[in-house]
Amino acid sequence: MKHVMRRLLLIALCLLAGTAGAAPAEPNGALLYARNCAACHGESGHGGVGIPLALPAFLASVDDAYLEHTIRLGRPGRVMPAFNRLSDTEIAAIVRHVRGWQHGATPARFSTAPVAGDPTHGAALFAQHCAVCHGDHGQGGHGTGVTFSRPRDLPIIAPALNNTGFLQAATDAMIKATLMHGRAGTPMVSFIEQGLSEQDIDDLVSYVRSLEATATPAPAEPEPAMLMMESPYGLEETVEAVKRAAVGKNFRLIRDQYLEDGLFPEDEVNTRQVMVYFCNFQFLYDALALDPRIGLFLPCRVTVVEQDGKVLVMSVNPKRLGHLFNNAELDRACDEMSRLYTDILEEATL
Amino acid sequence: MMRARCLLAGLLLWVVAAAAVADDMLMVRSSEAFAETMLLLQEAISAQGYTLSRVQRVDIGLTEFGYETDKYRVVFFGKPEEIRSLSARYPELIPHLPLQIAIFAEAEETLLATANPTYLSEAYGDPELTALFLRWEQDLRAILERVRRKK
Repeated sequence: MKHVMRRLLLIALCLLAGTAGAAPAEPNGALLYARNCAACHGESGHGGVGIPLALPAFLASVDDAYLEHTIRLGRPGRVMPAFNRLSDTEIAAIVRHVRGWQHGATPARFSTAPVAGDPTHGAALFAQHCAVCHGDHGQGGHGTGVTFSRPRDLPIIAPALNNTGFLQAATDAMIKATLMHGRAGTPMVSFIEQGLSEQDIDDLVSYVRSLEATATPAPAEPEPAMLMMESPYGLEETVEAVKRAAVGKNFRLIRDQYLEDGLFPEDEVNTRQVMVYFCNFQFLYDALALDPRIGLFLPCRVTVVEQDGKVLVMSVNPKRLGHLFNNAELDRACDEMSRLYTDILEEATL
Repeated sequence: MMRARCLLAGLLLWVVAAAAVADDMLMVRSSEAFAETMLLLQEAISAQGYTLSRVQRVDIGLTEFGYETDKYRVVFFGKPEEIRSLSARYPELIPHLPLQIAIFAEAEETLLATANPTYLSEAYGDPELTALFLRWEQDLRAILERVRRKK
């Protein structure tokens, strides 16, 4: 017990030290970018899962405050996480690093004053000119930008304009400038060149700003990290019942193995902990297309354990796991997967 | 003693809660191709004191659905005695064992992703497990950083 206490104290102190300003006075923006951003945006900002930050038209059309707020707030439900752990100075260092790709060009600065316009007229213009890319309600283009080595239809997925992260990061003036000038190298065109007047654009900005009223996502319900049921049968019977239930739900059995396989010599492995792997390839494809990182938890697995005279059937809870990915489209697939897992566990233990 | 333990557990959970609001997923990009990155990952796992237990293909059967890559694996690893001890004392933890990292190609580069184990802390609320999840997080970060730096 003392050993555990000492370890807990040490970890708590280390964490407190780490969150209490132990960062160096001048954070290394390049290193912070490499560790926190490059996985999605590419080492040199060429994009990938995330948007190509180094695109000149992008950097010319956003100010530092927008970048800082975006890093801090993320885009709820649209993959980009909120980097709450980074300090203000670390975020500023990342922004300076990203600005380096502008090769000395002066960053844009935008007023924080609201733009006055008619949101009703803006809604009509939005439906006519913007919804085809940004969605009927400004929910953004389909998909999240993740590529998984497949060709992408567009270099950038149209952003979700009704997203709380976007609306808090973008000023009216910045949205207006983007509408006026477009972004070269992306499908976003200049709407002045498309024939809209400046008043029309002000009306569009007012409409986009009005989306704040409906943008607040419902807080995620707490979910258990796992699903577990007790089986009235023996271990071997239960394993067979799990397999039958999975096949009955249109899954193909992949293999079964012991938890300790590969960790201990074959003759020392605990054979009372059996993992059954199964897959529905169409479901796998659909899930990977939404977010390739979900492969981390695939193929599907149910574990059957005999311990202390009980046989337990358990799995991860995809509904809880789905929250990790900050991907609203994936959440729906995870909900469905949770339902299927629950059905399989129930059928196997009936 | 019990009061001190409760206070410490509370402090730890508070710190974890404050720290765990971000970084649910740990991800890095390797500028190396898939095969080289896979080697780096296996070396990093070993250097961190873990035993690789299995490399799982995720992409079998996917090409018929239009995927253009066959470079997607999940690498499982753990510390044998730790896995045995944990699964005996906390059987409800078994669905999350062993640790795993997904590795997949993106054009000429490679992405690695894993879930931050600290997300489990709120589900279990056990001070010992909370400390364990924090150590796993540090180990996973070290493994990914080693791959990223190609060392």
